[in-house]
Amino acid sequence: MEVPDKSLPRATFEDLALPLFDQLYNFAHWLAQDASEAEDLVQETYAKALRGFSSFRTGTNFRAWIFRILRNSFLTSRTGLKTRVPLEDEAAEAIASKAPTPEEVLVEQANREIVRDALTELPVPYREILLLCEVEEMSYEEIALVLGIPAGTVMSRLHRARKGLRNNLVGKIRGGPHGV
Amino acid sequence: MACKQWRDQLDAYVDGEMPSSESGALAAHLRQCGDCAADALRRVQMKRAVASAGKRYEPSAEFREKVRKSVAAAPRRSAAWLWKLVVAPALLVLILSLAVDWYVNREKVARQRVYGELADLHVAALASANPVDVVSTDRHTVKPWFQGKIPFTFNLPELQNTDFALVGGRVTYMGQAPGAQLIYRIRRHEISVFIFQDREGDTASLPSSPTQAFSFHMESWTKNGLRYFVVGDVGNDDLEALSKLLRDAA
Repeated sequence: MEVPDKSLPRATFEDLALPLFDQLYNFAHWLAQDASEAEDLVQETYAKALRGFSSFRTGTNFRAWIFRILRNSFLTSRTGLKTRVPLEDEAAEAIASKAPTPEEVLVEQANREIVRDALTELPVPYREILLLCEVEEMSYEEIALVLGIPAGTVMSRLHRARKGLRNNLVGKIRGGPHGV
Repeated sequence: MACKQWRDQLDAYVDGEMPSSESGALAAHLRQCGDCAADALRRVQMKRAVASAGKRYEPSAEFREKVRKSVAAAPRRSAAWLWKLVVAPALLVLILSLAVDWYVNREKVARQRVYGELADLHVAALASANPVDVVSTDRHTVKPWFQGKIPFTFNLPELQNTDFALVGGRVTYMGQAPGAQLIYRIRRHEISVFIFQDREGDTASLPSSPTQAFSFHMESWTKNGLRYFVVGDVGNDDLEALSKLLRDAA
């Protein structure tokens, strides 16, 4: 994702930004948990990105840059401010060895809703890092750019996010119809 | 424990973030260790589950169009603005150049008309059996002769110690206005000097430097409200010399 020619900033902004529209909207909706708020976020993101495009440096990561704008817009929004929670290093819940692992249950597409619920229940910092990693398939380096954290922190936060998601899933599978 | 070390790296392994130098060893371990392989598989399955579940929200067609327009509108607006910025001066230049062209052309036509007329008067006078109505080499005879015949008066130069000789004068008309035509001679060449009241509209654009038209040399200037034309088939040097004498006399 590079701007090939700085003399054509407007033309390339469209080329770079519009293909990311669906991903940005999905990410925004996941963060805000509301369709109209997601639309506002995406629109704000595009407006900010267009305005700031001249300051976007050629050769740097455009996708990480615009995702970062979206995320910062969310964090300063009313919903975003409410979701600011301190991250705790939660101890992983012990999982009974006989029970089916969440992963085994989740292989079935029908159980996608469970993952969605589990993901929704995660605090925003965990939710967003999982989305960037798994849905957007960003590298740790890109994620670090979007979140504005060191690459080492990406690894540890991702680890905790996965643990948290797994704990949520275990709770749902045991308590729900999928439990054994 | 060896497995504990490997498991700490499984996330990076399944995320494709492990340097290839290390991932080879981990892959070798996974082929040998069923527990670690199962763990790796679990992580991959979880990744897929989240990837699938995470692709959840789709923007509406209206919103997509709205954003597409807002992004596309900016360059178009800016392009239109740029277009105007580029075209407006170009258009202005074109209009100005056309106007200048028209003006210059009109001036050129007017000048040609004046020159043509003067050349005609000059030739007609010389071809006439009586080129001049007052025949005199004496400026003090010629100048008073014009009194009452033309609505202005003028001074004529002293020609002593010059090659020029006054032949005489006659009343002439150009553009329905009366004027004086004086004929001078230098080395068998005749030169006509025309004096009219200066009417700016007609003659303002006439060049003061010697000009060639219809193979005659011409010079023109205004002084004290009078427009002088010097026309002849002599060289520019002679023309300018006579012009200078006339200017100094006026």
